[in-house]
Amino acid sequence: MIELRDIHKTFGSNHVLRGVNLTVPKGSSMVIIGGSGTGKSVTLKCILGLVTPDQGQIFVSGQNVEDVSRDPFLARFGMLFQGAALFDSLPVWQNVAFRLMRGALKRPKAEAREIAIEKLRRVGLKPEVADKFPAELSGGMQKRVGLARAIAADPEIIFFDEPTTGLDPIMSGVINDLIREIVTEMGATALTITHDMTSVRAIADNVAMLHDGVVKWTGPVNDMDTSGDPYVDQFIHGRAEGPIAAVR
Amino acid sequence: MTRFLASVGRTVLSALAMVGSVALFALETVSHLLRPPFYWREFWQALIQIGWLSLPVVGLTAFFTGGALALQIFAGGSRYGAEAVVPSIVAIGMVRELGPVLGGLMVAARVASSIAAEIGTMKVTEQIDALVTLSTNPMKYLTLPRVLAATLAVPVLVAVGDSVGIFGGYLVGVNRLGFNGAVYLKNTVDFLEQWDVVSGLFKGAAFGFIVATMGCYHGMNSGRGAQGVGRATKSAVVSASVLIFAANYILTELFFAA
Repeated sequence: MIELRDIHKTFGSNHVLRGVNLTVPKGSSMVIIGGSGTGKSVTLKCILGLVTPDQGQIFVSGQNVEDVSRDPFLARFGMLFQGAALFDSLPVWQNVAFRLMRGALKRPKAEAREIAIEKLRRVGLKPEVADKFPAELSGGMQKRVGLARAIAADPEIIFFDEPTTGLDPIMSGVINDLIREIVTEMGATALTITHDMTSVRAIADNVAMLHDGVVKWTGPVNDMDTSGDPYVDQFIHGRAEGPIAAVR
Repeated sequence: MTRFLASVGRTVLSALAMVGSVALFALETVSHLLRPPFYWREFWQALIQIGWLSLPVVGLTAFFTGGALALQIFAGGSRYGAEAVVPSIVAIGMVRELGPVLGGLMVAARVASSIAAEIGTMKVTEQIDALVTLSTNPMKYLTLPRVLAATLAVPVLVAVGDSVGIFGGYLVGVNRLGFNGAVYLKNTVDFLEQWDVVSGLFKGAAFGFIVATMGCYHGMNSGRGAQGVGRATKSAVVSASVLIFAANYILTELFFAA
C-alpha cells in the first residue's frame, strides 16, 4: 500500500502541492487525473524520492520512505516515463536489462539478455529489436521498450507517467491493454498519471482528481461519471466552463 | 545608488553560491572514488571519447603552434642576434605553457561541450531520473567515469602535444630557418629539464579535471528544453576555459615562482 499524508511542495513562489492525501491499496491500479501543472508528476517524484517534499509523510508498505535504504527501496519500483527516457547510448536489450546488469539484482550477461528479450516479447516486440538503438525505434515502440524496462525486474509497484501521450489512438489502446494485462498478471500496485480519459477507463480501479495541489475527489473508476464533483465532471467531459480555469 | 549596490550584492552572492556549488559538486565526485561501485565500462568509453578521439585536434593544434613559435622566436631573437635560442625556447614554451594550456583549451572546446550537451539532454529527457529509479547514482555512473578519464587522459594528450609541437618547431627550424637538424635536436634535449615536462603533465591533469567537472556540472544543472541545454553547453566551455587560465597561473606560481 502507498499512503501520502499532507504532502506539500513549493518550487520558488509556485506552491505545487498543498496537502495531498492519497491511499493506493496493494495490488490495485490508481490513476491520478488533473490538468497540466497541477502537481501529478511531482507527486510521483515525491514517492520515488526524486523530489523531497517540504512537509508531510509518505509510507510504502507501512514504512516511512525517509527511513528506508534507497537501493532496496527503489528495487521494488518500475517506472515508465512520459518520453520513455531510454538511454540513447545503449541498445534496446541493455536498456531493458539495465537493472539486471548492475547492483543487487545483477545477473550474468547472457541471462540478463534472455530476460530482456522475454520482456520485449511480453510487450509485443520481436527479438530483432533487442540489438537496435532507441533512436531507430518509433515513439510507440520506445514506449513499449520503456514498459519492458519497467517490468524487467518484476517490481511490486509500477508507475506510469502519461503512458499514451504522443501516441496515435490505436497505439494508445495497445499500451493501455498491455498495462492492464501486465498489472493484473503481476499482481503489482500501479499508479498512473494521465490526461487521457480512454486510458483512465482502461487502466484504473480507482481514480484521484488532483487540482490546485490537493486531491479534490477519489473513488472507484465506475463511480467517476456519477461523482457529482464539479471538478471531475468538468475534467472528464472536457468542458471549458466550470471551476477549473481554462487559462492557467 | 541603493539599487546599484543591491544589484552588485546580488551578483556577488550569486557568484559565491555558484563557486560553492561547483566545489561541492567536485568534492562529491571525488568522494565517489572511494565508494563502490565503479562503472568500468563507462570509464573506458569516456577514456576513448576524451583521450583517443581528442588526439587529432590536440596534435594539429600543437603542430602549428610549435611551427609558429619557432618563426616568432627566430624573428624576435634575430633583433639581438639570439637566433640560436629557437630550439630551447620552443621546447620550454611548449612543455611548460603552450602544450598544457592549448591542449586543455582544445579538450575544453571538444569535451566540455559534448559532456554538457549529453548530460543536459539526458536531464531534459528524464534519463537522469530514470537512472535514479533504476537504483543507479548518476554521479557514479555519469560524472565520476568522465572526470577520472579526463584527469588521466589529458596529461597523455599534453605529452603527445608537447612532442608534436616540438616536432613542428623542428620542421620549421630545419626546413625554413636553416637550422642543422642534429644541432636543433641536441639543443632541445640539452636544455629541457625533467621538471619542465612533469610540471606540464601535472597542469594537464588539473585541466582535465576542470574540463570534465565543468561539463558534468553544467549538464547536471541544465535548464529545460533546447535553450537550457544550449546555455549549459556554452557555460561549460566558457567556465572551463576561464578556470584553465586561472589554474594555469596559480600552478605556474606554485611550480616556478622563485
